[in-house]
Amino acid sequence: MRSRTTTGVSAIAIAATASLALAACGGAGGPQAAAAGGLTDGKVVIGLLNDQSGVYKDLSGPNSKVAIQMAIDDYKAKYGDKAVAKDIEIVTADHQNKADIANSKAQEMYDRQKADIILDVPNSAAALAVATQAKNKKKLYINIGAGTTALTGASCNRYTFHWAYNTAVLARGTAGTITKEGGTSWNIVYPDYAFGQDMNKSFSAEVTKNGGTVGQSIASPFPSDNFATFITKAGEGNPKVIGSMHAGGDLINFVKQFNQSSLKGKVQLAVGLMFITDIHSLGVDQFAGTQFTDAWYWNFDAQNKKWADRFKEKTNTRPSFAHAANYSAAMNYLEAVQEAGTDDADTIVSKLEGKKINDVFLRNGEIRKADHAVTHDVYLAKVKSSAPEEWDYEDIVKTIPAAEAYGAANPACTMG
Amino acid sequence: MSEFIQYTLQGLAAGGFYALSALGLAVIFGVLGVVNFSHGACYMLGAVIAAVLLAELSLGFWVALVVVPVVMFGFGVLMERLLVQWLLALDPLYNFLLTFGLTLILVEAVKLRYGVSGLPYEIPAGLGGQVTVGSVNLSVYAIFACVFSVVVCIAVGLLMTRTRIGMIVRAATEDAGRTRALGINVGRWVTPVFGFGIALAGLAGVLAAPTRAITAEMGSNFIIILFAVVVIGGLGSILGAVVAGFLVGLVEAYGVAYAPAYAQIVIFVLMAAVILVRPSGLFGREEVA
Repeated sequence: MRSRTTTGVSAIAIAATASLALAACGGAGGPQAAAAGGLTDGKVVIGLLNDQSGVYKDLSGPNSKVAIQMAIDDYKAKYGDKAVAKDIEIVTADHQNKADIANSKAQEMYDRQKADIILDVPNSAAALAVATQAKNKKKLYINIGAGTTALTGASCNRYTFHWAYNTAVLARGTAGTITKEGGTSWNIVYPDYAFGQDMNKSFSAEVTKNGGTVGQSIASPFPSDNFATFITKAGEGNPKVIGSMHAGGDLINFVKQFNQSSLKGKVQLAVGLMFITDIHSLGVDQFAGTQFTDAWYWNFDAQNKKWADRFKEKTNTRPSFAHAANYSAAMNYLEAVQEAGTDDADTIVSKLEGKKINDVFLRNGEIRKADHAVTHDVYLAKVKSSAPEEWDYEDIVKTIPAAEAYGAANPACTMG
Repeated sequence: MSEFIQYTLQGLAAGGFYALSALGLAVIFGVLGVVNFSHGACYMLGAVIAAVLLAELSLGFWVALVVVPVVMFGFGVLMERLLVQWLLALDPLYNFLLTFGLTLILVEAVKLRYGVSGLPYEIPAGLGGQVTVGSVNLSVYAIFACVFSVVVCIAVGLLMTRTRIGMIVRAATEDAGRTRALGINVGRWVTPVFGFGIALAGLAGVLAAPTRAITAEMGSNFIIILFAVVVIGGLGSILGAVVAGFLVGLVEAYGVAYAPAYAQIVIFVLMAAVILVRPSGLFGREEVA
């Protein structure tokens, strides 16, 4: 017994010493200042941190690495021998939609894998954890997959940018448009966690602002598979519109059960956040006529289509807006490195701030200096009643100009 | 009042489905004493196979309703022969851990093959639309699912209580040694019963396919509700599973109607209350608890 205790103590001692030693090594090999006009560690490392196995895997996941590789290929082809970044590496990690894993993976990427920038990070809680790491490590972070407005609000910082969309944009696009078109009385059902609560707030505010009323906002447990009673409850008071703020599997459950209810055809269904992968999985006829806000659509114009064709050659599937946004963010980051001649984070931030961009993803895009929201035109989409070809599911009803979609800079943001 | 009736009917409709889904869990526990954690994954497999039959072989809902339980029966037999039987003599915890591990493998395998966004499935022809009486309405499919579930539950109940097979199986669980002494090969019945329980899980999966998202994770949340159902009903009791299924369906519906945010918590409050008053569940035998 005694010897066991002794062993236990020494094991702890060894572990403690080892961790101290590692910490010391980490310190010694830690932040290296970029040599004037050069690259840290002689190469550019792009970290892709997202959901590689869970609900957001199809939306972004491993195929975003393909998109980033496309950006690297395009950058190299464009600059050839003149490229500042000759050696570009992608490192990836799966955050499993958990904020604590995202936090430690981000730390590992910045410190051990020498990532100069982290991209993507869907899931709001995970996204905010990584924003804190970026701020502390003074390294770049471009978020694409998450919707929370806090990234460009209370939690904004000098090193964090938000590239594709946020919940307020979805609300202005979908709730604003539908209310203006006469859908003035709403009941909203939302999943009871940070994202759902945020969506409910944004949508309610937007409906009210446009002269509509929200009768009930009903919280549903997350996750949930039986929505029949929630749908009945949402139909009380005969609203013109029922808003579902669910995502992923919950959204599919909700729509399937809505379509089987007596409200189908009588009440308009508006969906807060929908991705093309959702339509693909449920089948286009189930969603037919549903309106939602999309940040980008692959078959919108020839430029998008051309890029989508290249993407399909490599992945055998069509890109979601997140794939295109990852490409766009990586490309613009590399362009900034090229222009600055260095990958030093502070220099790159000043190159990016205020930059106006038109590329395959961003139309009338601008990296807003005040809150680091990347504002651009978004689209009000309507699901087709039948798909002319696989993945061709959306009609773009209206382009919502950047200024209207993004509004003024978030006053809650003080660049810390 | 009509609202109350509406929620009651919806609760009953969901309850029938819960009863069928929990039935296999109760049968396997009652006969083998195995807490089959992979029941949710088998339910998911049932739905996924139905979706694949439709997408790749154009075999619809009615065919799936027959084919899937047969396939899942085979899967259950394999599972029992290859894995479960070796741990039957040990602490029940071992089989619980085994089936938990199996769940993780099945879920990840389906994700790997079919992705995470889910597979499409539609309401079978003739079961779309609603039935409306006054201001109360229910979807035809929900009524069908409930009636079908209840019929299957009654059939299984009769099989267990009124037939020679049921008698042997029940005797074997009561006292395997004495049953063997009467010249009955007890071991012969264990495997088919396990397969039968898994087949019921698959059947519930097919029934869920038209109304629920078919994803690798669809069983992960559902199994928790099913455990609540069998615990409330009494582990291993078929009648218990049926009664508790309806009870949970009703409690959930009233929860949504009058306190939506707590709709799922009330199920577990009910479970805690039942355990406090009757530790072996509403219809459980004392020695089981």
